[in-house]
Amino acid sequence: MIHLEKRPQPSKFWAGLTPVLAVIATMIAGGFMFWMLGKAPLEAIRTIFWDPLFHETFGPYSRPQLLVKAAPLILIAVGLSLGFRAGIWNIGAEGQYIMGAICGAGVGLAFYPSESILIFPAMVLAGALGGWAWAMIPGLLKVRFGTNEILVSLMLVYVAENLLASVSQGLLKNPEGMGFPGSRNFRDFPAAYNTELISGTGMHWGVAAAFVAVIFAYVLLTRHMLGFQVRLTGEAPRAARFAGVNPTRLILFCLGTSGALAGLAGLFEVSGPSGQVTIDFNSGYGFTAIIVAFLGRLHPIGILLAGLLMALTYIGGELAQLMLGLPGAAIQMFQGMLMFFLLAMDVLSHYRIRFNKTATA
Amino acid sequence: MRAVKTLLAGVALAAGLAGAAQAQDKTKVGFIFVGPVGDGGWTYEHNQGRLAVEEEFGDSVETIYQESVPEGADAERAITQMALAGADLIFTTSFGYMDATVAVAEKFPDIKFEHATGYKTAPNVSVYSARFYEGRAVQGHIAGKMTKSNVIGYIASFPIPEVIRGINSAYIHAKKVNPDVQFKIIWAYTWFDPAKEADAAKALIEQGADVILQHTDSTAPQAAAQEAGNIITFGQASDMSDYAPMPRVSSIIDNWAPYYIARTKAVMDGTWESVSTWDGIGSGMVGIGEITDAVPADVKAEAEALRDALGSGEYHAFTGPLNKQDGSAWLAEGETADDGTLAGMNFYVEGIEGEIPSN
Repeated sequence: MIHLEKRPQPSKFWAGLTPVLAVIATMIAGGFMFWMLGKAPLEAIRTIFWDPLFHETFGPYSRPQLLVKAAPLILIAVGLSLGFRAGIWNIGAEGQYIMGAICGAGVGLAFYPSESILIFPAMVLAGALGGWAWAMIPGLLKVRFGTNEILVSLMLVYVAENLLASVSQGLLKNPEGMGFPGSRNFRDFPAAYNTELISGTGMHWGVAAAFVAVIFAYVLLTRHMLGFQVRLTGEAPRAARFAGVNPTRLILFCLGTSGALAGLAGLFEVSGPSGQVTIDFNSGYGFTAIIVAFLGRLHPIGILLAGLLMALTYIGGELAQLMLGLPGAAIQMFQGMLMFFLLAMDVLSHYRIRFNKTATA
Repeated sequence: MRAVKTLLAGVALAAGLAGAAQAQDKTKVGFIFVGPVGDGGWTYEHNQGRLAVEEEFGDSVETIYQESVPEGADAERAITQMALAGADLIFTTSFGYMDATVAVAEKFPDIKFEHATGYKTAPNVSVYSARFYEGRAVQGHIAGKMTKSNVIGYIASFPIPEVIRGINSAYIHAKKVNPDVQFKIIWAYTWFDPAKEADAAKALIEQGADVILQHTDSTAPQAAAQEAGNIITFGQASDMSDYAPMPRVSSIIDNWAPYYIARTKAVMDGTWESVSTWDGIGSGMVGIGEITDAVPADVKAEAEALRDALGSGEYHAFTGPLNKQDGSAWLAEGETADDGTLAGMNFYVEGIEGEIPSN
């Protein structure tokens, strides 16, 4: 008989190894699925994991696109991971992402067609503030009235979506858009456009910000008192209270930071890759980032890698659709498997597997 | 020209460049879809058009597609990858791909692009759309005749001109045959979301609607109406005949196949030019699905006569006298709407209650 024995401490060794195992298990199970769909499994897996990086036609275009796709995920996930570590669950990053985009884009569009170099910095600031303010709503409600931040932040996503629909058809609508919804395109507004910093690399300000956020989070968690408090609150809430951690401050800090980073992600996206505020500008980054945060073990470096891996499966999945005719749903299944195996493999880090000859059941 | 190309291909083949030569010989047609090909509505019909292209040209074309492409930042990447994959002609089949299509087209001047339902053209970008509002007129007529509660529910997607045109056209023709008719409109803010669409249908039925019109692409409202009983619906984008004869009594069918075949042919012949196409019932781009026996024979005959009059051009769906919602005059007696106004339509006609969101 096999039975599980809880480890006193989660195993560091297995915690590090399980993401790798999960990816391998996903490749095997996914390969089986592709085979059942009548596609060559090895070719499909090669297309998803290898071609975006090294294919002679697609590689030069896809490699920078990996950064573009991963940057918002990483930026949001780093912020979320701080709260998740402390047991503060901001599920509404999608809403904060939208609000950051609306506020940032709004500031930029208000000054159209100015050429001032101050416009873009002002937009960045407004984007961060927009996301921060949206996250402060669940934050303040929680510390003041004890509401559940999971529900409030999640519900505010739908409010933000409706605001987005409203401004794309009203306040921020392109006056030259012939009545169609959607703002001006930032491509035609150079002072406010989040352009590539180095041509052909995909590196825009959002990518730079994502890297900076990873470094800051790393320093915060390993070298700073606040980071220690975050970790302590999550791992030993009682001890944290005795150690004098101020829960109100921590809640507001974690929600505020994750909101501001999500807002920044939204602003960099709307002013760059996406280019305009549209009704369905948000495409689920705020939710996908939750997966990225856990896939990366809530660790900044882990999140960096997880974000890149996620981006790889997206872009690889697109190439697999294009070149092999795989259905889009199969790609989503494949990504779902990755998450499933990751969580399932967690058993290994929390439990020891014992093989007993005598059945005890 | 084609012969020369084939000859060259033969030479290349002999030179051992088999792969490259073959790839060049086939015309590659790409499609970007906003929903899954199995949505049963909008994307389903575009995919039928793709399959018709394959059928028509057999081995001389290869089609590729990507489904469920979001209309944000991902669209530009998806289109670029398709261009890199060697497509000669790319159809981007949703309004939200407009700017992305134009941006990619700038980078690939030798590739032809066709954007559905937009208005931005370029030397290598055409736009095409269908006059769905003609089909809405037929629906409105049947709906006005069939409703007993005089409440008609309308599941709208996004408040863009195309959707507003449809609401206006359906309302005008329902009102014409039933002056007491009232429209209840729910904005779903989605093109395809079965759960949301079913909720909207149920809410409308609870508010007394016994006819449901939808401008969203799933069959969920049909299922909700079937469950409620005694409600009639119309198939959207696709025939949705699984729900006939009740609740689905007719449908608007998007028939893209002739256009896709013609444009592919133009690329093959080297005669492709940037055009703006807006076809209706007349050319077959908009089809009216069979009107079932749930509709009385006289109503059916009237609806078919209306369809034929729209198709022949003898009647225009927006013919005056018509006022705008605020009571101001829009079209005088006998005057018909011009395409420019229709393309950018952002107002309701007189009689419709409620406001277009944020207008």
